Amino acid sequence: MYRSHVLVCGGTGCTSSGSGRIVTAFERELEAAGLDKEIKVIKTGCFGLCALGPIVVVYPEGAFYSQVKAEDVPEIVEEHLLKGRIVRRLLYSETVEEDTVKSLNETDFYKKQKRVALKNCGVIDPENINEYIAYDGYMALGKALTEMTPEEVIQCISDSGLRGRGGGGFPTGKKWSFAAAQPKGVKYVCCNADEGDPGAFMDRSILEGDPHVVLEAMAIAGDAIGAQQGYIYVRAEYPIAVKRLQVAIGQAREMGLLGKNILGTGFDFDIDIRLGAGAFVCGEETALMTSIEGRRGEPRPRPPFPAVKGLFGKPTILNNVETYANVPQIILNGPEWFASMGTEKSKGTKVFALGGKIHNTGLVEVPMGTTLREIVEEIGGGIPNGKKFKAAQTGGPSGGCIPAEHLDVPVDYDNLIAIGSMMGSGGLIVMDEDTCMVDIAKFFLEFTVDESCGKCTPCRIGTKRLYELLDKITKGKADMEDLDKLETLCYHIKENALCGLGQTAPNPVLSTLKYFRDEYVAHIVEKRCPAGVCKELLTIQILPEKCRGCTLCAKNCPTGAITGKVKEPHVIDTEKCVKCGVCIEKCRFGAIVKR
Amino acid sequence: MSNRICKIPFKGTENQERELRSLIEKLRDQEGALMPILQGAQGIYGYLPIEVMKIIAAEMGVSLETVYGVATFYSQFTLNPKGQYKISVCLGTACYVKGSGEVYSRLQERLGIGSGECTPDGKFSLEACRCIGACGLAPVMTVNDEVYGRLVADDVDEILAKYQD
Repeated sequence: MYRSHVLVCGGTGCTSSGSGRIVTAFERELEAAGLDKEIKVIKTGCFGLCALGPIVVVYPEGAFYSQVKAEDVPEIVEEHLLKGRIVRRLLYSETVEEDTVKSLNETDFYKKQKRVALKNCGVIDPENINEYIAYDGYMALGKALTEMTPEEVIQCISDSGLRGRGGGGFPTGKKWSFAAAQPKGVKYVCCNADEGDPGAFMDRSILEGDPHVVLEAMAIAGDAIGAQQGYIYVRAEYPIAVKRLQVAIGQAREMGLLGKNILGTGFDFDIDIRLGAGAFVCGEETALMTSIEGRRGEPRPRPPFPAVKGLFGKPTILNNVETYANVPQIILNGPEWFASMGTEKSKGTKVFALGGKIHNTGLVEVPMGTTLREIVEEIGGGIPNGKKFKAAQTGGPSGGCIPAEHLDVPVDYDNLIAIGSMMGSGGLIVMDEDTCMVDIAKFFLEFTVDESCGKCTPCRIGTKRLYELLDKITKGKADMEDLDKLETLCYHIKENALCGLGQTAPNPVLSTLKYFRDEYVAHIVEKRCPAGVCKELLTIQILPEKCRGCTLCAKNCPTGAITGKVKEPHVIDTEKCVKCGVCIEKCRFGAIVKR
Repeated sequence: MSNRICKIPFKGTENQERELRSLIEKLRDQEGALMPILQGAQGIYGYLPIEVMKIIAAEMGVSLETVYGVATFYSQFTLNPKGQYKISVCLGTACYVKGSGEVYSRLQERLGIGSGECTPDGKFSLEACRCIGACGLAPVMTVNDEVYGRLVADDVDEILAKYQD
């Protein structure tokens, strides 16, 4: 027994801010103070509040320390662990109230959250199977194998209303029943952990914080459809997640929870990891399977659907990490429990990765139907630097930008599609008034052009043409006819592309055209970028009232575009200026601006 | 990634080749072995020179086209050697919105190389990547395994200076 537990976040965000050094410092200091037998240091998964990392939580008090540095560790050991005095200056400021320390669940960031898929993240040691088991781990597998028939398992998942969390929102139970209906023989269970949406990292956090939940759910799925082999296709860019999965698979095999004759029921199931190699299209199910087969990850037309003919030509189900993370709890708590959360057609919770221009960047899990306003303003803490909210981008390169007028829409699969975006895997990037919507559309198209596999023409050539049109607009060289061409081409690609990547590629353009058409028009007609982003459309000017005539800008201008006498306001020759911005950096008086 | 066939002479050693052949031996019978073999080969050589792809094709009994096709499909594989310090700048959405584009341009300017290239002395190579999942620290870049977060373009010089000698 230990009298205290020190939990240090070992997720990618906090690791990047140096949480590894904090763990070492704690171990060293505790040993020096002779406390290493009384206090246990545990590296956990993500707490969600990545903006304030590295995070350290000390139990039993539940003191939530944020932005901890290795240098702070001796003070925490000396004051808190030795003398029992919480180090107030390091506490997450939201939890501090005059003389009391609030519980984390009362803070704005956590108050409205409901943790189901992230239940164990930041709670258990992901590299210790016993901690997972202590939190009801592998109980659902036991229940499925000994108390339920495969049909009952599938019925239970269907009744819960669980839909695919990777973006499409296909009913999970239905997918499983298709594969189960195929004749007995070799079948596969796959897990899509190729989280390719830039700005989405919920799957990574689950794998890093609670890897066993995915293994358990895959084994349950294997039992339900009659498969004996599973594959997890995970991004090679997630080294911590890969390592923890390997550790977890090893421990599960050792305890007989994977492998032959699981729990003595005669059920055989094992899981292997396959590493992705950086191709966004491999998030598409048929492309992912082609990639596991060791080939170019190109999608193929459906039908046949993977449930009939998938990996290596055998019936296969493929679910996303977050989808699997819900399964064990549905089996244990029953479908009614799960269906009691969410909206009419979208049950349960959804994890969002909050990023961009927002205070509390990090990971949040909320019941379906929570409004965007609650997520952005209450949980996310709003926009920094007093700027105005402009749009929230969901669904990554397949989604769209949601403007302020739709902030009160309850977030679920169907509502997001109705307003021209989509759930996607759950990236939620907030943009403020300094973001140019044409530039953002161009940014996403650049991504799609890069990631298009090239198999079908609408996507390979169409997205390239879309990109070129957008580029023309941001450079002030387009006319209104180009805007019509842009829109028409979007619909052509949507209708004709082979796979989901191509079909959804025009969404960033269509949604920004729908809500921010005036910005496109400003670029085209007025040759002006309202947000001040598009370089070609800006001019650099010296404000005469602020210029002191110090000549520093003129000395540094690489093209000799700045002239003026000492102690008199200078001027920029816009013909010569290449808009490099060196003068703005050098000016000590803030007299040079981009407009 | 830059897919041009590399002009730098191949400097593989016998040890590396032995390691590669035993890797192929180990994985050969596994279904879909080509990707794990290419990943392993890149681990051994640091990149995938044509000579190495030829060995893999011959050993696996597939055409060189097949191997080349797979190697050029995925952005993780590189046909060119990387620098001693591999710099990647995240151009994922969260980082881009917070100005990683400017950090990237500044690096290109300072190093005098473009995306996917290596400085002539072999010290630095530069590439853009799509989200390493540290969006809470945006914008981020990595130098080998070291992550630098909450960057502005002006931080670039100080970071590069750390690797100068």
